[in-house]
This record gives sequence, structure tokens and C-alpha cells, in this order.
Amino acid sequence: MSNKITLMQGNEACVQGALYAGYRFYAGYPITPSTEIAELSATELPKVGGKFIQMEDEIGGIAAAIGASIAGTKSMTATSGPGFSLKQENIGYAAMAQIPLVIVNVMRGGPSTGLPTQSAQADIMQAKYGSHGDYPMIALSPMSVRETFDLTVRCFNLAEKYRTPVMLMTDEVIGHLRERVVVPEPGELEIINRTTSEAGVLRPRPYEKQPGEIVPAMSVFGDGNRAHTTGLFYNETGFPSNSTDNAKIMLERIFNKVYDNVDDIVQVEEFELDDAEIAFVTFGSTSRVVKAAVKALRAEGIKAGMLRAITIWPSPEKQIRELAQKVDHIIVAEQNMGQYVREVQRIVEGQARVQHYGRGNGDLIKPQELVALVKEVEHGTK
Amino acid sequence: MKQLELRLTGSGGQGVIMLGVILAEAAIKKGHFAIQSQSYGPEARGGASKCEVIIGSETIDYPKVQQPTLLLALTQIAADKYAQNLPQDAVLIIDDSIELINDPGTENIYRLPILVTARDVVRKELTANIVSLAAINQILGLFSKEELLEAVLQRVPKGTEILNQRAVEAGIELVQNHVG
Repeated sequence: MSNKITLMQGNEACVQGALYAGYRFYAGYPITPSTEIAELSATELPKVGGKFIQMEDEIGGIAAAIGASIAGTKSMTATSGPGFSLKQENIGYAAMAQIPLVIVNVMRGGPSTGLPTQSAQADIMQAKYGSHGDYPMIALSPMSVRETFDLTVRCFNLAEKYRTPVMLMTDEVIGHLRERVVVPEPGELEIINRTTSEAGVLRPRPYEKQPGEIVPAMSVFGDGNRAHTTGLFYNETGFPSNSTDNAKIMLERIFNKVYDNVDDIVQVEEFELDDAEIAFVTFGSTSRVVKAAVKALRAEGIKAGMLRAITIWPSPEKQIRELAQKVDHIIVAEQNMGQYVREVQRIVEGQARVQHYGRGNGDLIKPQELVALVKEVEHGTK
Repeated sequence: MKQLELRLTGSGGQGVIMLGVILAEAAIKKGHFAIQSQSYGPEARGGASKCEVIIGSETIDYPKVQQPTLLLALTQIAADKYAQNLPQDAVLIIDDSIELINDPGTENIYRLPILVTARDVVRKELTANIVSLAAINQILGLFSKEELLEAVLQRVPKGTEILNQRAVEAGIELVQNHVG
């Protein structure tokens, strides 16, 4: 059987990917350029027995999505710009309470209400550090419409596997782009569902990890199991504990479930890196610019390459460190005033020169700009 | 096949985005690679609207138009903004109500009565995008008339099939009757 080939929009691919993964609940508040995700969810979820709620604001949106997830439903909320700021408190709550959830941010120009209809990649650090306190974050960034589908599926898989909120950090360029997509057949992509406790079997310690578990099986709220959820530090009963010894254990659990499994979570794409002398590090829509630039540079005999972070958080530390051993110069291209470049600099530790290229005015970088920049670097003028 | 870059401009509500979607869908149906993107202001009606379509025989990396193969401008504001510095061999299609205030950079200009044709011949102003689509296809020779009609009918609302078919015919005639 041959796959269906169709013209699909990025935001539509997000919803189709979510449905493919078994998504059944959306709550949110529409905002450009993410609105199509809410619109399509509103028409499609009822058809599969799911629920769509437009809440009073973005805070209510993520809160309702968290509630639905606790009740055992694969849930998602989507937003842009100021809406992402509003969701931050509850992102920390989901991380703390270990609730699987997919948060989509179709990034637009900021700060504040900024440029509603123009693209940016300026919420990259907020994705990791936007809520207060220490918590890990998993965030993926697609460069195409088909990849938006695939990574949305993967966001759900990682959220369910690690009992944690996961972000799809896309942007206006990819969210609004319509592109030829080969639609995956059912069964073609892996689907992971959370481990839940057996209905009716009372567990006195629902947050106790059993041997072989990455995270404790989740109680489904309302099926008769003990289930207590709180944003306070809790012990294995699920009830609040003020013990610093307990807080140490629980915080390490929340961190280690992600950082002990970095090899499972982190994905990168390497393009023309084998003999590269100068490399770009990039992610999301800017990768398309970089790819075009690398092809143009290669056509002129200049050995450029690209390392694309598909998983932006946790960052691909191992791959970036290896890259710094191989090339002398790294250009971090991103649609902002300089964010991920700081993460790359931290990882590279001076092993290569790291330079930022980007801007935050909504104007997508052009391949010729990067070609010119590389030539300046080669001639020692930059 | 050389990569084709089309920029379709007008005012919000004129349907240039739909025009681009239909073009891209027809291209994909034919086995090409195609992408469509848009830019617009916060308004639902009025304001400037720009839709871009790139069609090629391989994966398209950079998603925006850089060297337009063709520019369509349906309003004076759109023409003032986009009908300049075009590549020498670019096709420029403008509604005949428009005065070119800038040097477009190309002499390959089709000044066509698109809006009047939609209003008086097809008898529905809203079909200006489909009239334009047929004119574009007639000039570039991308698809057969049947392929084009199939793509149009797949997208337009039910009950408007005959109207849109008339719009396609009218667009083809505009180009056939065009005296350069």
C-alpha cells in the first residue's frame, strides 16, 4: 500500500501527528501563529471521541490539559508569543508533578505582543528556563512539515515514557508553511503509552519506582487508585513532604530520568560534516537556510557543514563537543539576538571559535548572508 | 525542471493564498515538489497579502521566494511594493487598473483586466483569484486545463463549481486575447 501524498500545513501536521499518537484532549486559547492547531483540534477531536475546550486564557488552557492528562488522556496545548509566557507557571507544575503533556510553541517575534504574524526563534532559553526552580526540559524543533508530524508523535512518546512535559518548539515559518508530505501509515511510527497502575489495586506508595521502571506507573485519576498530585515536594505517597532529604531524592529523580537517558532523547542531523572545516549549529526553520547555504558553499569548493539539533533540550552536548574537535569555527545561526549560541559556547569550552549569526526582526535569514559570512571568516575578516 | 518561484500579491480577502494553495496542490499531484507560504498583517480583510509558491523537481530548502519567476499584483499597493527589481526575464501580471510607479525590472508584462473580468464576465468579484490562476497557468504552461480544473474543484466550496469553471475559462481567454 502506498502512502498518501498531500499538501499539508505545519500546524495541521502537528494536529495530525498528535492524533496519530493517540491525542484526545486539547485545551488552550487561540493565538497567531498557532491558531490552526486549535481550529483543527476543534474539528478533529470530537470525531475520535476526544474533547476540545477553548479556555478563558492560556493559563486555563495548560491547567485543563494537565488535568486531562492526570485522568489518563494524552493531552496537548498550543500557543505563541505572550501565551507561552502565561503558561510558564504550570509548565513547572507539570515537571514537578511528573505529568505527561505536550506543549506546542509556534514561535513569533517578541518581546511582548511583538510581531504576531512574523517568525522568530527567540523563546529557546525560555523553553528550558522559563518556569521558576530547577527542572529538566525536553524540547524538539522541526524543520519541515513532515518532521512536524513526526516530532509531535515523538513529543507524546517522550512525555509518556518519562512522565514529563515535552515541548514542540516550532515557528511561524514552519507552522504556516504548506509542503508536500508523505503521510505515515498507521503502524509506521512507534507509539508509546504511559505505564499505568492496575485499576482497583490500591498502591499505598504510588510514586514508588518498581524495579525496571524509568518512572513509577501513573495512577489514573478516578479509576479507584490512590492518586495525589501536588506542586509541593512530595514523597512516594504523593503527599507533601518538607524533608530536605526527600526533596534531594525527588529532585534527582526528576533530573535523572531525563539526563540518564540523553542518548534516547537527543537526536541531531549531520549534513556535510565529514570533511567540514567550518560548521553551522542550528535548529528549526533556520536549518533550511543553513542547508541551502552549505550546498552553495560546497558548490564553490568551501568545506562547510551543518549540525542540526532536532532535540534542542537537553542539548546535544556530546555531538557539539565532537564537532568542536573537528572544526575550528562554529557559527550558530538562529532567528534571535543570540540565545542558543550561549549553550553552544558553554559546551565547546573554547575548543573552537563560536560565533552567533541572527536577528529578531521577523525577517528570515537569507542563504547568501551565510555564504558571505563564511567567506569573510575564510579570509580572516570576521 | 528549473525551480519556479511565484509571488502572488493583493489585498486580504482577494484569495491570493487560496490561489497559491491550488497551484501547489496541482504541482504535487503532478509529482513535483512544492511549498506555499504567506505573509499578511493582523487584519482579516484589507491590508497587504502576499502568498509565495515554489515548485521544483527536488526538495526545496529555502522556503521564501528570492528571484521571482512570476509576480502577480492585484492591487496598486501590492504593485507599488513588489513590482520592482524583478529579474529581467520575470513575468509580471498586473490588473489593468494599476499604474506602475516603479521600474519593474522586466519588460515581460501582462496588463490584464482581471478584476473587471471577475466582476462582469464571471459575475463574481471573489473569483479574481481563479481568473488569475488560469492566466498564470496559461502563461507558464504548468498544467493541462484538466489538471488545473481538478485542482480548483478540489478546493473551492461545494456549489461554486460552475462559477469557478467559468473563472478558469475567462482567465485562459484573457491571456489568449492579450496583445503584448
